Amino acid sequence: MRTNRLAAAAVLATALAAAGCGASEPTQPAPAAQPQSSAPAAPAAPVKLTYWTWAPNMDKIVKVWNDKNPDIQVTVSKQAGGDDAAAKFLTAAKAGNPPQLVQAEYQHLPSFVAADAVADLSAQAAPVKGEFSEGLWRLVTLGTEGVYGVPQDSGPMMLYYRKDLFEKYGIEVPKTWDDYAAAARKVREQDKNVFLGTFSSKDPGSFAGLSQQAGGQWWSIAGEAWKVAINDQATTKVADYWGKLVDEGAIDDMPYFTPEWNKALNDGKLLTWPSAVWAPGVLEANAPKAKGKWAAAPLPQWSAGENASGFWGGSAVAVSAKATPDEKAGAAAFISWLNTDPEAVQLLVKEAFIYPASTKGTQSLTTPPAYFDTQADFWQQAAQAAATARGFTFGPNVNAAYTAYKDAFDKALANKSSFTGALKTMQDATVADMQKSGFTVAQ
Amino acid sequence: MPSKHARRTGGGIAAPYLFLAPALVLFVVFLALPIAYTIYLSTRRVQRSGLGLGKGSVREVNAGLDNYAAALSDASLWTSWLRVLLYGLIVLVLMLGLALLFALMLDTARVRLARFSRTSIFLPFAVPGVAAGLMWGFLYLPGTTPLKGVDFLSASTVLYSMANVAIWGGTGFNMLVLYTALRAIPQELYEAARMDGASEVRIALQVKIPILMPAIILTTVFSIIATVQVFTEPTVLRPLTNTIPSDFSPLTKIYTDAFVRGDLYSAAATAIVVAGISLVLSFGFLRVVKRQAFGESS
Repeated sequence: MRTNRLAAAAVLATALAAAGCGASEPTQPAPAAQPQSSAPAAPAAPVKLTYWTWAPNMDKIVKVWNDKNPDIQVTVSKQAGGDDAAAKFLTAAKAGNPPQLVQAEYQHLPSFVAADAVADLSAQAAPVKGEFSEGLWRLVTLGTEGVYGVPQDSGPMMLYYRKDLFEKYGIEVPKTWDDYAAAARKVREQDKNVFLGTFSSKDPGSFAGLSQQAGGQWWSIAGEAWKVAINDQATTKVADYWGKLVDEGAIDDMPYFTPEWNKALNDGKLLTWPSAVWAPGVLEANAPKAKGKWAAAPLPQWSAGENASGFWGGSAVAVSAKATPDEKAGAAAFISWLNTDPEAVQLLVKEAFIYPASTKGTQSLTTPPAYFDTQADFWQQAAQAAATARGFTFGPNVNAAYTAYKDAFDKALANKSSFTGALKTMQDATVADMQKSGFTVAQ
Repeated sequence: MPSKHARRTGGGIAAPYLFLAPALVLFVVFLALPIAYTIYLSTRRVQRSGLGLGKGSVREVNAGLDNYAAALSDASLWTSWLRVLLYGLIVLVLMLGLALLFALMLDTARVRLARFSRTSIFLPFAVPGVAAGLMWGFLYLPGTTPLKGVDFLSASTVLYSMANVAIWGGTGFNMLVLYTALRAIPQELYEAARMDGASEVRIALQVKIPILMPAIILTTVFSIIATVQVFTEPTVLRPLTNTIPSDFSPLTKIYTDAFVRGDLYSAAATAIVVAGISLVLSFGFLRVVKRQAFGESS
């Protein structure tokens, strides 16, 4: 039925487009209309751009731009975040009426490029390249010659933990994942209602970040073919580690972002959350009772002395492939300003609560988030995590891989089967989906 | 005289089409064309060259019946059908049974608080499906439920918990349909039955239910179609638990294919298959019960 509705919309859109063509054709021969629209050198009508984003208060930031740039006017259209937003943009692009500007999470950008839905900005965005770290810039070029967006924010991962309850249970902040496992067991010995952490089968983004830390490379490009290695050695190590902890009952298996999880955080039944730099906002909304009791530390390492992290989330702003040349130029100017201009980046931090992608932007952060007001070095910690975070190339079908992750790990938890098997299922489903969509996959 | 006659005949030919036109146009634009477009999409697929990145590397090509072959041989689609079949059986029996029971009870002569009961049974139907799903989700989650000790969202119970949401939401509507049909039955029939010494229960079983048959069949067909299309409950409950896969029901599978995996073509083929099966199910049911339901009238 959904397909029918989509088809109906497409048919309607085609009909309207046809009607539009029909109406404009007769006016073409009339010479009077011509000079009026094209003669003036300065564009008579301002370029109007629609911007799909879910960053809070983006309309306030855009207003600053609109006031200064009367000939490039941007309108914010607030979206729901996450995978739904990506699906919606791809559908709109396919139906022929996408917005000119779209917030694109790094993991979804390759699928936008593969669907030919976003424009190559290599000519327009080249000047801002130096504003970003090499790792982040790679996420918008996908390792090709093209530039498919300008980075906006990033999500380096840290370990968030309850200072007060760590003291209560006599736990040190874990330096390695072995320490973390030992601490998880220690908590369970003292209180059967409390867990050190939980494994979420609903959040592939978090798992991807932990795999990046371990050195996983899920997708890579080998000549003219894609390579998929979701069950590589590093990721298998991560999956085994969490599978073992869940299996012996040392940590919980409830998904993140559920009412139940919120309650556990608020009641002090969950002591840690390996999460990204945007976690303070989530904690503030869901665990208001614990304000000032959480602290951030570097992620536990796989071996002592190492220093690595991963990314969970973060996004760029991309321009639709359907944008006219005027719109494209205006859009590129706007997103370059939004993500690199000091004033705009300050506003992004203050109003939209993001961790800016721009290197200068991160250096300007001083006051810790209100929820972490007892931790003066919060941003130094974040900067360290950002500097040591490993990213990886995302493939063109992250959505399919992430769905496979949810289904496979859901099943592994329900059947108490091995996480290695779930990872293999995820790998196979991802390869099968790529082959079905006609990508060349190297074995 | 002849000219008047001719004119009337001429108008007579055009008039029916004129009156039909609005309905026909709406039917063609919003039903026939979309279906035709879906069928067209279902015979297409994308072809990519190289990495599939950059301009011109993606082409749409003819796929013949490949998408149908893939849909029909997809084990996960048939597993989802089995799941929906069990779910549908529970929902149909319990929901329609309860609806019939409530309708008959409200229709008895000595019922008190009829208006209040009727409204309160109907009220859940007015709650949007998503809101109902979330509300029940909170009631089911171990951390937030007031009913401790039962795991409503475990692999073995989740189907029943989901059916419960549908039954809660749908009983009122079906009750109202049956109740309205009951009110249309002439009172003389009951008086005659009472005079023959029939009890209220006997009247219900032997007078009311047989007369209600067409309405019961109508609500059954509606319910079969609704359960085949179950989408809201699994979609809303899925983020809350580990036990609901993305291909839980045929429609959630189509949604995942079309909007998560971005493969409109195989989703279109599956959609046609699902539409075909629901057509067979509802018309098959109608064919089986036709004689009992409408036997007397034809």
